[in-house]
Amino acid sequence: MTDQIMTDQTLINQGTTDQAARAEFHPRWYRKRLSTWWWLGEWHYLTFILRELSSLSVAWFVVLTLFQLRALSHGLAAYLRFTDRLESPVMITLNAIAFCFVMFHTITWFNLAPRAMPVRMGGKRVPEFLVAAPNYVLWIAVSAFVAWLLLRTP
Amino acid sequence: MRAAIAAAEVNPKLSIAVVSKVYPMRSHTVSAEGGAAGVAKPDDSLDEHAYDTISGGDWMCDQDAVEAFVKEAPLELLQLERWGCPWNREPDGHIAVRAFGGMTNRRTWFAADKTGFHMLHTLFQTTLRYQPITRYDEYFVTRLLVDDGRVQGVVAIEIMSGKIQAITAKAVILCTGGCGRVFPFTTNANIKNGDGMALAQRAGAPLKDMEYLQYHPTGLPFTGILITEAARAEGGYMLNKDGYRYLQDYDLGTPQAKPVLRSMELGPRDRLSQAFVKEDQKGRTIPTEYGSVVHLDLRHLGEKVINAKLPFVRELCMKYENIDPVKELIPVRPVVHYMMGGVSTDIHGATPIAGLYAAGEVACVSINGANRLGSNSLPECLVFGARAGRAAAEFAIGQKEPNGSVLAQATDELLRLEKQYLFKTGGRERIATLREEMQKTVEAGAGIYRHESSLKQAIQTLGELQERFKNVGLDDHGRTFNTELVSALELGFMLDVAQSIVECALHRTESRGAHQRTDFPARDDLKFLAHSLVRRNPDGSLKVKYLPVTITRWPPGERKYGAGSHAAVAEK
Amino acid sequence: MADKIVLEIARYTPDRDQEPSFQSFEVPLRKEWVVLDALNYIKDKVDGTLTYRWSCRMGICGSCGMMVNGEPKLTCATFLSSYAKNATVRVEPLRYFPVIRDLVTALSDFLVKLQKVKPWLIRRDQPPLSAGEFLQTPQQLDLYKQFSMCINCTLCYSACPVVGLDEEFVGPAALALAQRYNLDNRDQGAAERLVTLAHPDGIWGCTFVGECTRVCPKHVDPAGAIQQYKLTAALDWVKSFILPRGHEDTPQESAHDGPNYD
Repeated sequence: MTDQIMTDQTLINQGTTDQAARAEFHPRWYRKRLSTWWWLGEWHYLTFILRELSSLSVAWFVVLTLFQLRALSHGLAAYLRFTDRLESPVMITLNAIAFCFVMFHTITWFNLAPRAMPVRMGGKRVPEFLVAAPNYVLWIAVSAFVAWLLLRTP
Repeated sequence: MRAAIAAAEVNPKLSIAVVSKVYPMRSHTVSAEGGAAGVAKPDDSLDEHAYDTISGGDWMCDQDAVEAFVKEAPLELLQLERWGCPWNREPDGHIAVRAFGGMTNRRTWFAADKTGFHMLHTLFQTTLRYQPITRYDEYFVTRLLVDDGRVQGVVAIEIMSGKIQAITAKAVILCTGGCGRVFPFTTNANIKNGDGMALAQRAGAPLKDMEYLQYHPTGLPFTGILITEAARAEGGYMLNKDGYRYLQDYDLGTPQAKPVLRSMELGPRDRLSQAFVKEDQKGRTIPTEYGSVVHLDLRHLGEKVINAKLPFVRELCMKYENIDPVKELIPVRPVVHYMMGGVSTDIHGATPIAGLYAAGEVACVSINGANRLGSNSLPECLVFGARAGRAAAEFAIGQKEPNGSVLAQATDELLRLEKQYLFKTGGRERIATLREEMQKTVEAGAGIYRHESSLKQAIQTLGELQERFKNVGLDDHGRTFNTELVSALELGFMLDVAQSIVECALHRTESRGAHQRTDFPARDDLKFLAHSLVRRNPDGSLKVKYLPVTITRWPPGERKYGAGSHAAVAEK
Repeated sequence: MADKIVLEIARYTPDRDQEPSFQSFEVPLRKEWVVLDALNYIKDKVDGTLTYRWSCRMGICGSCGMMVNGEPKLTCATFLSSYAKNATVRVEPLRYFPVIRDLVTALSDFLVKLQKVKPWLIRRDQPPLSAGEFLQTPQQLDLYKQFSMCINCTLCYSACPVVGLDEEFVGPAALALAQRYNLDNRDQGAAERLVTLAHPDGIWGCTFVGECTRVCPKHVDPAGAIQQYKLTAALDWVKSFILPRGHEDTPQESAHDGPNYD
């Protein structure tokens, strides 16, 4: 005879089937099931899902590039057909949307990276925006360089 | 939790239950801010810590207990460090210590200004490691089981389900904390209702020194939230409505730019609170909607120091008063904070009833005497928690198992609770009404300054409230998580404790430490160098007796603060 | 500012109700009142059956977490007046936890998860107390200090959709606490914890939604703790390929010196 606590096991061992007694001391907890559309319920959740989905836009551009390469390998006519299709309003809209998502993807990535990698200098923690900043600087610099490459007259 | 770990270490075969009406990390220790004292520096000594404690307690401390306490405090704090407590450090990696009110040397260990929080969480997380410790979270103890002259367990309500059952044990340690909620304006959490004190008294144990209630000088108005003494230790000033550091008028030294130990704002809490009342009587405090206040000035410390040493203070001021201490003055007033009295124990945490132990604020050993020094209560929990744990574990070995009559008592208790609260209809008194009246009565009768007439009035009113309490009615008759039942039982405990406080205060016809009688303003060592012991008779009346204070090496002297105090210490 | 405000509070009594319903109460709107003051007013003066947890009322004990207008909040630290412009203030129990009654949630599962991550100082050796304290510079303390501030209020669990979707997920507070000990230079148990936590229910369950950090009242940044832990775990996994045997050292030891004593 160790302790006198009545446990579920004790009740079962005693063979009691008194429903009232069980219900009285085993209150039914309310458990709500999360709906499949949980992510629509809140602005922050929606932004998160969009952030995750933005990786699809990266995939889109990769696939597009693959098709571009394929068209290149099939000669000038094929390539011209490819670029024609790119000029259709549907493709332009799709690519514009995908581009916005890629920007969103990049910005959220840069902003979140310092959280995973705290940088310490002189014993104090460097503020997050300063850790994210070099990414932005590099991004703008590389983009500027590429733009210059593309826009200069040969 | 400290007691549980100590007991588990004495004998790993013991099964140890930690029964608490809240989850362990909600215990009020979590809110302690300032620090924990333990001699650490080479130019400090145990005797100095002891003398500071004894003189701070106005010689009501049992000196053998204090000597044991100051010796074990640094070891316990070190043990906590070994368990992972994130104490603040010096640049070289050693533990940092800071000054604190009433101490002649810097010996207060601290973890930012959330010392209690870090200590509690460290202890709680460490208990998770010990297999023999079983937790009964959210179990409310309503009664101690006593049979054959010893305590053999408790009756508790499992709050979640409402099931009332006995938890039998070979020894019981009370660690239920203080009773601040007996008063209307307190730093204490809602859960501090003097549960353990009332339980012990009802089981026949005496309560000791119940008249000594500490008012902390700096609480925020309305909420009562504590602004830690550390703010003064770091150099804060207390100013009246004219911007004058008024403490210099009350024999607490002369104002200096930097904090001086045992002087001015670093004087003992009872003297500072009493100074406030006198300033208030002179009309030099600032009236506000929630009572008069004085100002705590931290502006001269600068943002860097405040953010490094007092970040929680800044957070609390901004959140609850919309005030930034870096730029503005903080309104503060004295607030009930700590109960020096409690269940009477010896230096091992044992009460006069076999099998019953107590440690922490619920107990009175006494090491705090008539006034507790800041940063002594956290190590008190550790030192006496460990002592009580060890003593209880040793007592438990070889005790007999509880018998049927103990369980019969438990059934009686279950029936009593059902009859008086759960199944009763037609009760006319509301819990909140009785509670508020009790709080007002105790504050008026046994506040910072007391008088025979105010105390007698309080005794009478409390007697009436006890009668009215028999007619209390609950809205909630359910079993599941019935917090109204818990509130009613807590009110019952608080009424018992309130009566003990006022009764002891009436009988002590002298002024000492936190107990100030306007009709007996002097200290009387001839008659009253003794603890008040109050027991409850079976008919509900109280009887007060006296137990002489244990004096070992420090005969009663004058409590000096300010310039002269260092000389007094050097003589010892 | 109006002098009254309406609170819509979720009520649920087991064995009487199948699911929670809302009950409205009108309370005074005082500028110093927090939501908890309003709840206490209702319980004391209007309806004593209203059930909720609270204790310290200063934002340090973690008892009073509830959903207020859809956001997890500590009701003792949320001013009623900040809702003066809303039509009503909706108070519900913290979501993603089972509800025992009214505004009280079941925390037993959370405590099991907390214990699972071994949140104590793990050491291979225990020098005697006479050896003094483990040395720890303020910089070393700073490494884990933020993660030690958790008050176990479980607001982060109510913010995290993974907690809502997956009952086994250990959760933000527990993972942040594990990281607190991993980063403590006195601890030698990082490897022991890794075994439990580098697991789909552990750190790999986290998809860095970041809501936990946003709602944390103590600025613990559990999301940051978890991502940092992910990096350590990933590096550890790579190392286990490159140096399968040399990897018997804990990652802790290789990162910086073990503790030294006074």
